[in-house]
Amino acid sequence: MANNDMITVQEKVPFWLDPKKRGLIYQLFILFLVGCLAYYLISNTLINLERQSIATGLGFLHNESAFEIGESLISYSAASSYGRALIVGALNTLKVSFIGIIITLLLGTILGIARLSSNWLVSKLASIYIEVMQDIPILLQLFFWYAIFYETLPSPQQALCPITGLFLCNRGVAFTVPAAHPAHKYMILALFVGCGVVYLVRRWAKKRQEKTGQIFPVLRFGIGIIIGLPLITWLAFDAPMKMDIPKLIGFNFKGGMTLSPEFIAILLGLILYTAAFVAEVVRAGIQSVSKGQREAAMSIGLRPAPILNLVILPQALRVIIPPLTSQMLNLTKNSSLAVAIGYPDFVSVANTTINQTGQSVEGIALIMALYLIFSLSTSAFMNWYNKRVALVER
Amino acid sequence: MEEALATQTEELKPPLTTVGVIGWTKNNLFNAWFNSILTIVTLYLLWKIIPPLLQWAFIDSLWHTSGKECRETAGACWSIIYTNFRFIIFGFFPYEQQWRPLLAMFLLFSLFFYSRDRNHWKKPLGYAWIVGLFTMGLLMKGGLFGLTPVESTQWGGLPLTLLLSVFGLTAAYPLGIILALGRQSKMLGVKWLCIIYIELIRGVPLISLLFMSSIIFPLFLPEGITINKILRAQAAIILFTAAYIAEVVRGGLQGMSRGQYEAAESMGLNYYLTMRLVILPQALKIVIPPTVSILISAFKDTSLVVIIALWDLLKTTQSVLSNPEWMGFSREAYIFIAILYFLGCFSMSNYSRKLEKELSAGEQQ
Repeated sequence: MANNDMITVQEKVPFWLDPKKRGLIYQLFILFLVGCLAYYLISNTLINLERQSIATGLGFLHNESAFEIGESLISYSAASSYGRALIVGALNTLKVSFIGIIITLLLGTILGIARLSSNWLVSKLASIYIEVMQDIPILLQLFFWYAIFYETLPSPQQALCPITGLFLCNRGVAFTVPAAHPAHKYMILALFVGCGVVYLVRRWAKKRQEKTGQIFPVLRFGIGIIIGLPLITWLAFDAPMKMDIPKLIGFNFKGGMTLSPEFIAILLGLILYTAAFVAEVVRAGIQSVSKGQREAAMSIGLRPAPILNLVILPQALRVIIPPLTSQMLNLTKNSSLAVAIGYPDFVSVANTTINQTGQSVEGIALIMALYLIFSLSTSAFMNWYNKRVALVER
Repeated sequence: MEEALATQTEELKPPLTTVGVIGWTKNNLFNAWFNSILTIVTLYLLWKIIPPLLQWAFIDSLWHTSGKECRETAGACWSIIYTNFRFIIFGFFPYEQQWRPLLAMFLLFSLFFYSRDRNHWKKPLGYAWIVGLFTMGLLMKGGLFGLTPVESTQWGGLPLTLLLSVFGLTAAYPLGIILALGRQSKMLGVKWLCIIYIELIRGVPLISLLFMSSIIFPLFLPEGITINKILRAQAAIILFTAAYIAEVVRGGLQGMSRGQYEAAESMGLNYYLTMRLVILPQALKIVIPPTVSILISAFKDTSLVVIIALWDLLKTTQSVLSNPEWMGFSREAYIFIAILYFLGCFSMSNYSRKLEKELSAGEQQ
């Protein structure tokens, strides 16, 4: 009986008063509008492209690029395809971001700690640095470093030589590196093996400490293994000492390793700018751990190093890591500004490709796709990390 | 008895080495051996850097000369700023009409200044901003009230930078609120559209959107219709900023307690009224400080339009630097621009910090 009543009541409700049905209608309407807009834009684009007789699709990637790229991690020439040119660009983006991120983390952490230093002078200087760098657009900083490089440094003939084997000139920085030797490959391998061993030992030490309470000096052991294994490999190959020293031949340096002014300007700009933000993140993270935590740890008799390791850092890192990854992502995104000073990153190469082929839609879609891959994988990592370190509330 | 106590406290003054200049120095600069070394090293470095810098910037510098004389001095050549000041600031805006962008900027700054005080945050202020922004646009564009029309292709320099960031944020704000509400919506279709938009935009660099605005937007339109470059860049900046505002506003929405929604519902308010009267006023108040930091980054990010060849502050400076007379004085020119940007951003970030303190003090009461 009651059931019957309910049904009759429900039947009486007209569909525009039922929130569920109404919501469905709203959504269909909005999707319809978005679809119409998309159809309008796409059809216009197709008509316009046809009028300019530009083929659509990614077929152009196989065509010969016919432009040179200043620096490349893989072999590349003007005869290579556009696809290969774009790969070179993507690798250059990765190179500058990777090196930039490592140095930024170091510099940013130092600055963040300096900002909290009890030394008034150091703390004030760090905060001035952070404030000034955050308030000047990164593009302006890039132009500034690039101009400094070009206007202040002499030509290769009068290159500055502050240390033997290091040359500074307006064509870049040339420095001495060990001459190529088969030992290097094995040394890198040894480094990786060392990292793996340290990881396993750390896990074992943690388990043992949880079971028996005995502490194993992981840090000292780890540093020893990571430095020691490559060193032993190096000695096993009779310690090759030959160095590759850059020499001035004609108008430029040959040999050794040369970093282009563009690379240095973008790297310097990215590092100095992002480090200011990283410093703020680190400072906030350290300050987020309440004073009571340190006092409690001291009262149970822990020494300063274990306090930092076991009490402060695990809590601070939980606060630091999420904004830190977004800063690293910002650094990668800002590396796209390389196009303004002529470092051949992905955006720069894609831009040249667009100018040459007219494949603007595909070119910009590729740029967006690459950066989306970076950001989506970063946020996937973040979700994983957040789940791993999330506080287990009881 | 009381007198005795008084004399006792007077006698027990702290030792000289813990108060005053000596005490401060000892506590803040030399409180441990490591800090002492740090202080000495830092002082030495400052001694090495600061005096030559001051020498370069103020003592050996030239202020009102031509480029030729500048080349013979070791100091800074501020003449590049002095001589080209009006071009750097106003770009190609007709010379006799440059009072108009100046007035527009003055209007903007006075509006900002007036809005600093929280007691002025009432309805009239909103109207004042609308009228102010409209007047600014009119001053730039002309064509009414006997003002000579000025093509937007001639806009440039600082007014363009300010215009792009302020109008960008103003237009992006409502869009950002809609996106944030959409992302919180129970309707899955709407929710996913908003999520895709926000994450897509936040995942790509602004420069790719600016390229899109300069290359692809013209393709979107039917034949014969064109939109000028500044408007297209402005659209890109709006689309970009809206995604970031949406995330900030979402933070505010998530900070609202469930009770607020339930209270509004129990009073019989519908969705629109709930948001308009109960949720948004509170949520937007929480997110004012992060909104100011979005304004700061919008202000900084407008400098990227130089890459798609708009004549903003950075581009006018570069064009002065490409003049053979002034070639090679990039340091001075860029330092000047950096100071302008710094002053703008620093005052805003200072204000945001002050505001944050005030608002959180209000919460604690």
